[in-house]
Amino acid sequence: MATYDYDDSRANYDDPRHAPVSAPAGQDIGYDPNFVPDSVKSFVVHLYRHIREKNVYETHQMYETSFQSLSDRLFKDTPWPSVDAVAHFVDNDHVFCLLYREMWFRHLYARLSPTLKQRIDSWDNYCSLFQVVLHGVVNMQLPNQWLWDMVDEFVYQFQSFCQYRAKMKNKTEQEIALLRQFDQAWNVYGVLNYLQAFVEKSSIIHILEEEKEGLEQFTATDGYDYSGGSSNVLKVLGYFSMVGLLRVHCLLGDYHTGLKCLLPIDISQQGVFTSVIGSHITTIYHYGFANLMLRRYVDAIHEFNRILLYIYKTKQYHQKSPQYEQILKKNEQMYALLAICVSLCPQGKLVDETVNSQLREKYGEKMIRMQRYDEEAFAIYDELFSYACPKFITPSAPSFEEPLVNYNQDAYRLQLKLFLYEVKQQQLLSGVRTFLKVYSTISLGQLAIYMEVDESTLRTILLTYKHKTHAVDSAGKIMSNADVDFFIDDDVIHVVESKPVNRYGDFFLRQIVKLEGMINDLDRVKLD
Amino acid sequence: MGRELQKQPQQEMASAVEQLLAVNPYNPDILPDLENYVNEQVSSETYSLDANLCLLRLYQFEPERMSTQIVARILVKALMAMPAPDFSLCLFLIPERVQMEDQFKTLIILSHYLETGKFRQFWDEAAKNRHIVEAVPGFEQAIQAYAVHVLSLTYQKVPRSVLAEAINIEGLSLDKFLEHQVANSGWTLEKGGKGQLIVIPPNEFNHPELKKKSSDSIPLDHITRIFPILG
Repeated sequence: MATYDYDDSRANYDDPRHAPVSAPAGQDIGYDPNFVPDSVKSFVVHLYRHIREKNVYETHQMYETSFQSLSDRLFKDTPWPSVDAVAHFVDNDHVFCLLYREMWFRHLYARLSPTLKQRIDSWDNYCSLFQVVLHGVVNMQLPNQWLWDMVDEFVYQFQSFCQYRAKMKNKTEQEIALLRQFDQAWNVYGVLNYLQAFVEKSSIIHILEEEKEGLEQFTATDGYDYSGGSSNVLKVLGYFSMVGLLRVHCLLGDYHTGLKCLLPIDISQQGVFTSVIGSHITTIYHYGFANLMLRRYVDAIHEFNRILLYIYKTKQYHQKSPQYEQILKKNEQMYALLAICVSLCPQGKLVDETVNSQLREKYGEKMIRMQRYDEEAFAIYDELFSYACPKFITPSAPSFEEPLVNYNQDAYRLQLKLFLYEVKQQQLLSGVRTFLKVYSTISLGQLAIYMEVDESTLRTILLTYKHKTHAVDSAGKIMSNADVDFFIDDDVIHVVESKPVNRYGDFFLRQIVKLEGMINDLDRVKLD
Repeated sequence: MGRELQKQPQQEMASAVEQLLAVNPYNPDILPDLENYVNEQVSSETYSLDANLCLLRLYQFEPERMSTQIVARILVKALMAMPAPDFSLCLFLIPERVQMEDQFKTLIILSHYLETGKFRQFWDEAAKNRHIVEAVPGFEQAIQAYAVHVLSLTYQKVPRSVLAEAINIEGLSLDKFLEHQVANSGWTLEKGGKGQLIVIPPNEFNHPELKKKSSDSIPLDHITRIFPILG
């Protein structure tokens, strides 16, 4: 097991928003939940008005910028004022209060450590908020960023709760009593069913299909509803819930089902998921990870490469964003995953020059050692996997029988063990690959001597090579991931090196679209 | 009498379960239906990965409801689905302490042999554990099909002895098997230096030159992106 500290001390969380852990929230001396500073009063009043006026732009500004700067200035290590204290500034508006509390808890989770009671209250708040949305009585337009954060935070708090609950050893009697009493809070069925309900109630899958035939607009308007009247909230929550389901299934180790949930979204093209950087990264990170676990290395490499290049090019624009730290963390994790993929499936040519040089800089030396497949190499696979994997959870409730045991690492240990098992099965392949690269034909007997194995063992190694380099895709089709391929004729091996494929067609298509966009832009320019 | 009539309820069950999965995949109440469906898959030699993963997921949520006998059947069915990675997909969802049980250890070893092309060891181990694998009809044939699949990725011409070891058939039975493949799958037989050679019909993996030049093809949905511009 890696020495890397997998445990979920706050700094190592999936979501390492600012880490300092202080006293449990609400116990700080000097925090008065009923005191509302003027700047907060002005904030809620304006935010409420912008939401009522369906001013998405201003709402977004307040949500992204003002909330953050007020938090930095006034609520660095205390919670925001309680919802009861601000409610009368916003006509006691039920939905606004639910939204306010959602942000209140999000801020609490990010900056302080929530108590069990607060975790349960946050769950209740999500339930109330989601019920309102699911019953279709909202008519707001909320920014995609906010809606994404809602889904993201919901899944994060679920994951956090599972980790918390699994550490039974140090629970007080009172905490155990609460856990027993509120056993529905953050229940895995509840979490999955809310996400699933959003997907179904929003008819988002149907909308995306209709869009392909030009009957509906969703992606083109970034999910917003400009026609007036209706709300984007349910639709966009439904859309992001597909990503949420992918993530929950990955946390559970169910990669096949996770990818299935994502299928309605065509990740090869721009979509609403790319309109919010956090959603873009979460989608590709989990998609890539799931494919890695399914041995579809080429798919994983392809998508990691694309997003890493994108992050590399656009990073500077996000420097001031509250998500910046998170972006950098996921960026590093995806390089680690890419290092694993490329070590198991050396398809260097799939990786862009820029990404490749970053990869070599970060992991070049480790990747050379990973090719050796000795104990040290396994230790590196272990280390990179542990650093970059999702924070797996055990979804079932604990046994309350004495003695109380911690089981928060069980899920992670199992995934790690099975992954390393796979690596071990492939350990002889890089040796074969090295020899195949230098011959165009070689007899089995000769290669067996070079590899210091007998002929029948060599035959099994070659079968393994073929099996491991030919993944089965979701439709059951066999896809070759092999960089060096071969076939055997009786007892002679013929080697075929796969040639890089230049995709001119796609290149031209992209340029045509770009040119058209530019011409359109030029047409709009009015010359005086 | 019978065949048609027997088929009917099976199909009904399959479509009923698929329906349940589509409508309500996160519902603990469908657990017994999914368990029955596993048994149904065993007896009718059918397979649904989605349904089985759904059941393993429910076991993961409520470990006290887990039936290890059902889990074992799911795993044997997953082995039969090789070369698909279904066996690992299932293991990802089964708690480690359950995997420590003897019957699961055996299945994991069997999977390891298949994953690493060690067919001789596989058949030896399987022979020692007949009670596990023979509980599921069609097991042998499914593994033989997998063996033939890997061989046909690898070989243009495979020595008879290598084939015999991989599919665990020898002598007259092997002659019969070959006869069948010659008639149905385009295999041909040749005399080699050290014995009979079996010529496997070309595919894009054992004849890489047959691989479609993907550089020449652009999927239609990529072209549709420029339709508005063309129009």
